[in-house]
Amino acid sequence: MQYFPFIVVVWILGVGLYGVVTSRHLIHQIICLIVVQSSTYVLLLGVGYVTGAVAPYFYDVPLHTPAVDPIVQALALTDVVVEAAVTALLLAFAIQAHKKFGTLDPAELASLKG
Amino acid sequence: MTPTQRRWIFLAGAAGLIAFYLWGLSGLPGFGHYPGPYGFIINRIAVGQTNATGVVSTVNFDYRGFDTVGEEFILFAAAAGVATVLRRLRHEREQSATDEAAGRDVPATSGAVRMVALLFTGPVVVMGWWLASHAQTNPSGGFQGGVVLATAFVLIYLSGEFLVFKKFSPVDLTDVVEAVGAGGFAAIGVSAVAMGLPYLTDFLPLGTVPGAVSSSGTIALISFFVGLEVAAAFILIIGELLEQTLLIRQGAS
Amino acid sequence: MTLAVVTPYTVPVGLMDALQITILILVAAGATAVVLIRELVRQVLVLSVYGVLLAVLFLAFQAPDVTLSELTVGAVALPVILLLTLAKIRKREE
Repeated sequence: MQYFPFIVVVWILGVGLYGVVTSRHLIHQIICLIVVQSSTYVLLLGVGYVTGAVAPYFYDVPLHTPAVDPIVQALALTDVVVEAAVTALLLAFAIQAHKKFGTLDPAELASLKG
Repeated sequence: MTPTQRRWIFLAGAAGLIAFYLWGLSGLPGFGHYPGPYGFIINRIAVGQTNATGVVSTVNFDYRGFDTVGEEFILFAAAAGVATVLRRLRHEREQSATDEAAGRDVPATSGAVRMVALLFTGPVVVMGWWLASHAQTNPSGGFQGGVVLATAFVLIYLSGEFLVFKKFSPVDLTDVVEAVGAGGFAAIGVSAVAMGLPYLTDFLPLGTVPGAVSSSGTIALISFFVGLEVAAAFILIIGELLEQTLLIRQGAS
Repeated sequence: MTLAVVTPYTVPVGLMDALQITILILVAAGATAVVLIRELVRQVLVLSVYGVLLAVLFLAFQAPDVTLSELTVGAVALPVILLLTLAKIRKREE
């Protein structure tokens, strides 16, 4: 349990990268990129965890209860929403590439001239 | 390069990456034994300094507010990029939505889907506003509330009426709302500078009760603007994609 | 800093460990499933389920804010955007 979450992080990263490298469709590549991004969220939250502590919200919990680190949660929170918008931008590019070249195979796209 | 060659090169690279990662992992203090001082310091002083009981939101909008301004402008640029990339090109024409609807032989949306979607739109909008305006008390905040608000508009589309969706979210209005949201956040920071304080200082009165909705000064206000901006950005993205899918056709006009 | 304070609000450690290990294994299996599927519409639906699993994991890591974000974005907004893109591409191929 000491290092298990971090092993899972590198597993998700490796599996996602494998999907990006050996993919034959641009949309499949983009979805594997989403999986790679999700591994960073797990890493951020795993670093900030304190054993036996509660969430850092002191609305109904007395003020000096041990709580987990709030800074990494703030980072992961904005991360999730912003990277969804950037993925939408990637998908817009894929749509226009499909319109122009007729195919979404990365091998064929690489050898076409504009 | 054949696919098998590519796969073997990737496996070699991945082995190297994992070796370095495990070597770095051995120096970490382990899961759950968080050593660093900053998390504990913030947990101890945030409620006293800002009168807000949601510590993550104070980190997002007060202590590290400058980073959040940057992230919000990334979102703004991505939405603007989608609107630009998916514009109507010269060799395409835009078919009117009524022509498209009349000429097709589409099965009508099932009554159950329509009823559930319309029934849930109101509560989802209320929940989105509640999330966006309670950043300082609960696990909520501008980012979550904005996305939930955008989901309500998707529910309107799901109940079968793309024309109604277009009427409720015209592109000009969402553009203006998004600009107001992004500009409002930056303007709050600049108005702190105008008063002689550093950028994004919390200068509004802090309130008396920690955790009331009107407490914590600029954090509640910033969260409201962020909610507007995120909702408008997502509605813009989904609206552009819907227009591409349903309206834009090949061939000269 | 050591956790010498035990209040009624701290979580029993053994149960939490078991929950976290289970959810981590499920998340790893979910990521593998998302990558190994090749038909695109099915992959989008498995991505939605993966988003919900991630949300439960973030909840087990005591992060409710990130749970809300991941739930709305990863299980609703992102699959909607992906399905609209797929519809546009399929329409062009007809």
